[in-house]
Amino acid sequence: MTYRAGDYDVIVIGAGHAGCEAALAAARMGCETLLLTINLDMVAFMPCNPSVGGPAKGHVVREIDALGGEMGRNIDKTFIQMRMLNTAKGPAVHALRAQADKFMYQHKMKETIEQQERLTLRQGLVEDLMIEDGACVGVVTKTGAEYGAKTVVLTTGTYLRGKVILGELMYESGPNNQQPAVKLSEALKRCGFQLARFKTGTPPRVHEDSIDFSKTEIQPGDDKPKYFSYETGYMAHSEQQIPCWLTYTSEETHQIINDNLYRAPMFSGLIEGTGPRYCPSIEDKIVRFADKPKHQIFLEPEGRNTKEYYVQGLSTSMPEEVQIDILRSIPGLEKVEMMRPGYAIEYDAVIPTQLWPSLETKIVQNLFTAGQINGTSGYEEAAGQGIMAGINAARKVQGAEPVIIDRSKGYIGVMIDDLVTKGTNEPYRLLTSRAEYRLLLRHDNADLRLTPIGFEIGLITEARHQKFVEKRTRVEAEIERLKETKFRPDETVQAMLAQAESAPLSNTVDGLTLLRRPELTYGHLESLTPSPIELSDDIKEQVEIQVKYTGYIEKQQIQVDRMERMEKKRIPDNIDYDIIYGLAVEAKQKLGKIRPLSIGQASRISGVTPADLSILLVHLEHYNRVTAAAHGS
Amino acid sequence: MGEDTIAAIATALGEGSIAVVRVSGPDAINTVAKVFKSKQNLREVPTHTVQYGWIVDPHNDNVLDEVLVTVMKGPRSFTAEDVVEISTHGGIVAVKSVLELVLRHGARLAEPGEFTKRAFLNGRIDLAQAEAVIDLIRSKSDRAFQVARKQAEGALSKQIVPMRQQLIELLAHVEVNIDYPEHDVDDVSSGLIRDNCSSVLKQVQELLIKSNEGKILREGIVTAIAGRPNAGKSSLLNALARENKAIVTDIPGTTRDIVEETISLSGIPLRLLDTAGIRETSDRVEQIGVERSHGALNDADLILLVLNHHEPLHDDERKLLKQLKDRSTLIVVNKIDLPGQLVIEEVEQDYAKERIVYLSAKEGSGIEQLEKAVSGMFFSGAVESGDITYVSNARHIALLHQTKQSLEDAIRASYESVPIDLIQIDIAASWESLGHILGDAAGDSLLDQIFSQFCLGK
Repeated sequence: MTYRAGDYDVIVIGAGHAGCEAALAAARMGCETLLLTINLDMVAFMPCNPSVGGPAKGHVVREIDALGGEMGRNIDKTFIQMRMLNTAKGPAVHALRAQADKFMYQHKMKETIEQQERLTLRQGLVEDLMIEDGACVGVVTKTGAEYGAKTVVLTTGTYLRGKVILGELMYESGPNNQQPAVKLSEALKRCGFQLARFKTGTPPRVHEDSIDFSKTEIQPGDDKPKYFSYETGYMAHSEQQIPCWLTYTSEETHQIINDNLYRAPMFSGLIEGTGPRYCPSIEDKIVRFADKPKHQIFLEPEGRNTKEYYVQGLSTSMPEEVQIDILRSIPGLEKVEMMRPGYAIEYDAVIPTQLWPSLETKIVQNLFTAGQINGTSGYEEAAGQGIMAGINAARKVQGAEPVIIDRSKGYIGVMIDDLVTKGTNEPYRLLTSRAEYRLLLRHDNADLRLTPIGFEIGLITEARHQKFVEKRTRVEAEIERLKETKFRPDETVQAMLAQAESAPLSNTVDGLTLLRRPELTYGHLESLTPSPIELSDDIKEQVEIQVKYTGYIEKQQIQVDRMERMEKKRIPDNIDYDIIYGLAVEAKQKLGKIRPLSIGQASRISGVTPADLSILLVHLEHYNRVTAAAHGS
Repeated sequence: MGEDTIAAIATALGEGSIAVVRVSGPDAINTVAKVFKSKQNLREVPTHTVQYGWIVDPHNDNVLDEVLVTVMKGPRSFTAEDVVEISTHGGIVAVKSVLELVLRHGARLAEPGEFTKRAFLNGRIDLAQAEAVIDLIRSKSDRAFQVARKQAEGALSKQIVPMRQQLIELLAHVEVNIDYPEHDVDDVSSGLIRDNCSSVLKQVQELLIKSNEGKILREGIVTAIAGRPNAGKSSLLNALARENKAIVTDIPGTTRDIVEETISLSGIPLRLLDTAGIRETSDRVEQIGVERSHGALNDADLILLVLNHHEPLHDDERKLLKQLKDRSTLIVVNKIDLPGQLVIEEVEQDYAKERIVYLSAKEGSGIEQLEKAVSGMFFSGAVESGDITYVSNARHIALLHQTKQSLEDAIRASYESVPIDLIQIDIAASWESLGHILGDAAGDSLLDQIFSQFCLGK
């Protein structure tokens, strides 16, 4: 029996990191939104590592915040440790990483969702999609509730036909022994979706009181932590950070693993899903890198009010008793008490080339997908897609064009373009090397890149936008001031330079020239000529970065401009590649499958050659002229 | 318009006449102005005028050629963009060096059919011609692709591949430092960057020196020397190599039965293959050799079929004559120093007189006529892949210069304590330009390298 349970603009299925962002974005943009999840206690749950950020991932959190999303604000409220990584490297790869109180993180996110206007949070296991004329019009739950919707966002994580594997044991399950979503996977197949089978894993958790920390190295947080959100002010819990600890595997660890390989599902053939190369299990690492004598193990607290520690580096699906032996072979863990075993989990994912860059599916209209269902791994990757799917689901309801972030504007854009253009044959993780314009996609300038978009679509408040515009103006003004400021080779200047171990001046130069010296900072110039108006630290930082790296920034900007010309050449969506004269057969097939929106996107499809692109351009020009002539007459 | 600026040789390559390098795009005038020395500043001359002057390499003031330069500002030009045409002296040497210089000063080599494509996209070519434009792009690209595929097996590729491997290992190391900062992998030192970049730079410089000497043109026109055993194929090869100073003398044959020699004949690179003698045989070993010879004939751009003047035509030769008559084939009647038993009228049934050359490889007489016949075929366009081979070499040289520039930037930056992720931009650029020589897209291979070289993960 079914009953009509309500009608919404947008329904989001799944309240993990993708679902939370999607639902909040849609509701904040004015849509009546329903967020359905299998278990209300699992909102924004972290089933694996209790941390957020790092290179590329931390950049994405900043981008989500710059667009008006929640992840940055939420982790700022709930971190137990904050570190800026890569500080010895260039500004583009500085990356913030937080250890989270994973329970607090959930509670705070749930609280935000519960308080959000136009957003309804409800427990329910969705088993079917309602489809009319090739478009999704609602969902049906296990309890028979039918919800109507104008657009639907699927963020099913690892729940879709999830299967947990642990030694010889295997059972249907979502993460952390949650109910899996089996029937929804079948519904997707009925719609015509091609599904892939992926695998991921998590390490065991151990009891704090059974760890001998004296045998490990302390890994503290930063004394003066930075925050993810541009809105976060001072946080009192910055003063009460909790350290992580570093230890290593031993020879004995490797011996135990080698002796028990025959019981490892990775090698016994029990696992059919494709696992990520960048997140291998410990048994995988020991087999593939047999020469490496020891591997790092980080012990990470899971929260302020728990004794559970996450054992980073020890992801495994070995049998439970072998896991205990492995743990106890590690210095500091000789007497450790294992609280939960590690496990591998297999799940269904939608092959992401079946999506438009808006994350709407090509197969079913008004249906969007985001997060692990699209073949990615990681909370930040999920949240980054979640906010875009939420934005575009809302814009579809409102009859507006989708928002697509360029590769040169954000890691979110790089990730989505990679997924929908190239697909992925393993769980996709963001790395800074996936971005061709890494220097432009910095941690510090996420607001300059994306806040104007966030404001335009209604996710950034007027007040915040005002502040942002002010910052941008002040940065520009200060750069202009430095350009106009002349430094003469006089006593004060030479003294400062000597102090900074910088060569003395031989003639007068402007401030920009001086600041480009590698050994000088904005502070050095400021000591000679302070700005007439008080500037905040992040404005000074921005000025320094933009001036110091001008040469490299311009080099990349030239490439971006060239690429943008290709991105601007749009391809009409009703194009029929099969009838285009002269196009190679392989190009016809690939283009027909991906249906790129622009020549730029087409150029990134493997198997489409420059000659094919030229022919496509000639065809489009022909088409445009014929169409123009038809309209003219 | 906002496109970049492209350049290519616009005329068929010909001896004695004039050759034209065409440059088109928003930066065309500025690019040529950098290398053109004249009374007039090219940036200021009126459109549709011709200037007299010299092409000079600004780095060393070497004068490359005395030229006429025509400036045609858009939209009143073939492509509707700013177009500059440099008319150089004919022959390959001058036009080749002028093109290379232009490519080093801001233009990129035009893709096959790109001038015509631009003319069409900018409305200079009638709508009705769209299919013809596509045909041109397709056929030129397909031919370029074939040449590129042949070159992928060539000597240049064999040198580029290990250079790229060295760079990608360095890049993977840099990327691991950036993306896994807490991992127990040592940081890449500026010394390590310098060592690797300098070592690759040295190899690039050596290649560039060789390219100036023409040695890079190893991938020349594939020329098979065919004929029955003892028709005098080897002595012909030796004679040609002697007369034209072989570019490479130490190349082992691709098979035991095929000897190779690369020569430069009036500036045209020829890759000579001396094939095993072709005849019907029951000897299994010899059969293999004969099969290989047939394979070499199929792949050849140009075939020199050697007949023995001293013997009557054999059935094997009659077969070959029929088989090769529609190909780019020259008949070489060898051993004219000996009394003639060959009935030449039989050959002339299928071959025009211009396609038959008489010589004595042993005495070295008649070689000149052969050279004339070969260059005649080449410049008349009968040997098709020739200019593409040549042009793609110009492209290689331009790419090698780009690689050199990027490596030098990286090395300089490593002395100036520039952060590693910025130096990476130049290292990656050098890796990519080398990749363009091989013609493979960069793609995911960096990630493959990272995860095979380092043990990463949580």
